[in-house]
Amino acid sequence: MARRRIGARIGLFACHVVLMAGAVVMVAPMLWMFVTAFKTQAEIAIWPPVFLPQHWTLENFTGAFRTAPFGRFFLNSQMIAVITTLSVMLTSLVAGAVFAKYRFPGRPLLFGLVMATAIVPFEAYMIPLYLQLVGLGWVNTYAGIILPYLFMAFGIFLMRQHVSSSIPTELLEAGRVDGAGEWWLLARVIAPLSGNALAAVGIFAFIQGWGIFIWPLLIANDQMLFNMELGLTAFQFAFSADIGKLMAGSVVSVVPMLLVFLLLRRRIIENMALTGVKG
Amino acid sequence: MASDTGLRRFLRRRRITLFCYAALLPVLALFLYVRIVPIGFSLMLSFHRWNLLSPKRPYVGFENYLNLLEDENFWLALKNTSIFSFSTVALSTCIALPLALFLARRSRFSAFYQTLYFLPVITPMVPVSIAWKWIYDYNYGALNYGLSLLGLPAVGWLTEPETALWALVIMGVWKVLGYNMVLFLVGIRNIPAEYMEAASLDGASDWQRFWRVTLPLLRPILLYVLVTSTINAFNVFTQVYVMTLGSQSAPGQAVRMLVFDIYTNGFQFFRMGYASAEAVILTLIVLGLTLIQFTVARDKAKEG
Repeated sequence: MARRRIGARIGLFACHVVLMAGAVVMVAPMLWMFVTAFKTQAEIAIWPPVFLPQHWTLENFTGAFRTAPFGRFFLNSQMIAVITTLSVMLTSLVAGAVFAKYRFPGRPLLFGLVMATAIVPFEAYMIPLYLQLVGLGWVNTYAGIILPYLFMAFGIFLMRQHVSSSIPTELLEAGRVDGAGEWWLLARVIAPLSGNALAAVGIFAFIQGWGIFIWPLLIANDQMLFNMELGLTAFQFAFSADIGKLMAGSVVSVVPMLLVFLLLRRRIIENMALTGVKG
Repeated sequence: MASDTGLRRFLRRRRITLFCYAALLPVLALFLYVRIVPIGFSLMLSFHRWNLLSPKRPYVGFENYLNLLEDENFWLALKNTSIFSFSTVALSTCIALPLALFLARRSRFSAFYQTLYFLPVITPMVPVSIAWKWIYDYNYGALNYGLSLLGLPAVGWLTEPETALWALVIMGVWKVLGYNMVLFLVGIRNIPAEYMEAASLDGASDWQRFWRVTLPLLRPILLYVLVTSTINAFNVFTQVYVMTLGSQSAPGQAVRMLVFDIYTNGFQFFRMGYASAEAVILTLIVLGLTLIQFTVARDKAKEG
């Protein structure tokens, strides 16, 4: 018995070692990016490489912001992420609630259509979408960049699940007896009871909105409209040897996401896991 | 009296139906314009020859598809994308599953590990690609430094045709590992403890319990992870674009991917019909994978 317990201890210890080693590999690339961003050009091109900078410097950050309009890129990213997140939350709430709690002609067809087309990858219809926006004259506009991300089929699905499973129909009926209109019920009954689900949708939308790349690559040619992702890529092609500035720019692009993640990590991981499992 | 309530009910129904349509109108209009129309347009374009620059757009039947079948770049892209997808998915699953099993036992530190493993999942692709490109750097890259410590020669990870695709696979595994692990962990934790206890009482070893209890019960999640991550991997674009284009880059052909090929045909050669046909094929692949998941999941449900 004692031998068995020791065996179990060693087993647990081994698990720990493996998990820890994996965790180091997971974090290392990002850490490497951070420390490189604070090194001088001379220290970056040193062999063998040294992990921590000997002389911490902000040169790369100031240099990057001087060489390219990273401030502008950053604000563009913020704006795209915030607007699309708000819009996705609103549209998911409204459409999710309507699909969950109301019977009307065409409901199964419409909901089925929204869900069925959700698996078609964006990359498969981006060309015609681009051509449509050329027709509208929305190439090189913020509106054109944002348009495809204003709603999210998955968000509608998530909100529908939430509303139909955790908001009792009787509650809405009681409101109607008291003379409440449908819009009022939506804003004052369903919305306040959907905080968690809405937050989950918002987090997904923010992560997506911050990271969009291929669409702005097609639709935005004017540098002033670039988001962080596109700006960084353009910067990389122009100054591929300037590793310090590149890493500084990358740090700036990663930090907002990291902050969101560290603040909400529990909720993000749980949401992603649960919604993933539900499919 | 009866007809009065009947009328009132009718009015109420109509009011609610109107509300539903009014509430859905903005979303559905948007949905129609940015998804349904372009999907239909894409399908339609794939049967036409259209150079964007020319005003004419003749119907050519299956010509684009037939040309694709003879296009070396297309086959290469399909091959590379398949290798990338299946390797990334297989590797990340094989690593994530044991990690999740370990984590399920060590619940005290589980949240800590989950946070660290999840970090790559939520970080945006472009900065992460730039960081990995630096790690893969031939002269000053951290990876080659590691190799030199082991006494191995330096490798041009992204610049040599033999390694470029695998460099992308390694990075791809790193990016999705945490997501797969967390999904598996939820699945393992959902297995009722009684099953495990019963198996232990019957004298099953850890290994037997894994094969006979855990794995069969994990099957739906396993299937879900395999299919969704394969689909995601098939749409790979950003990291390839950032890491292998531009200066100091690479063997364009060795890492040519499907979406990249679509992008090139559409936006560099302006062959809109041709690129659309390629996009339709990508959609069919994704649909096929989804169908496989549904069929297998349903068969399993029937058996169970």
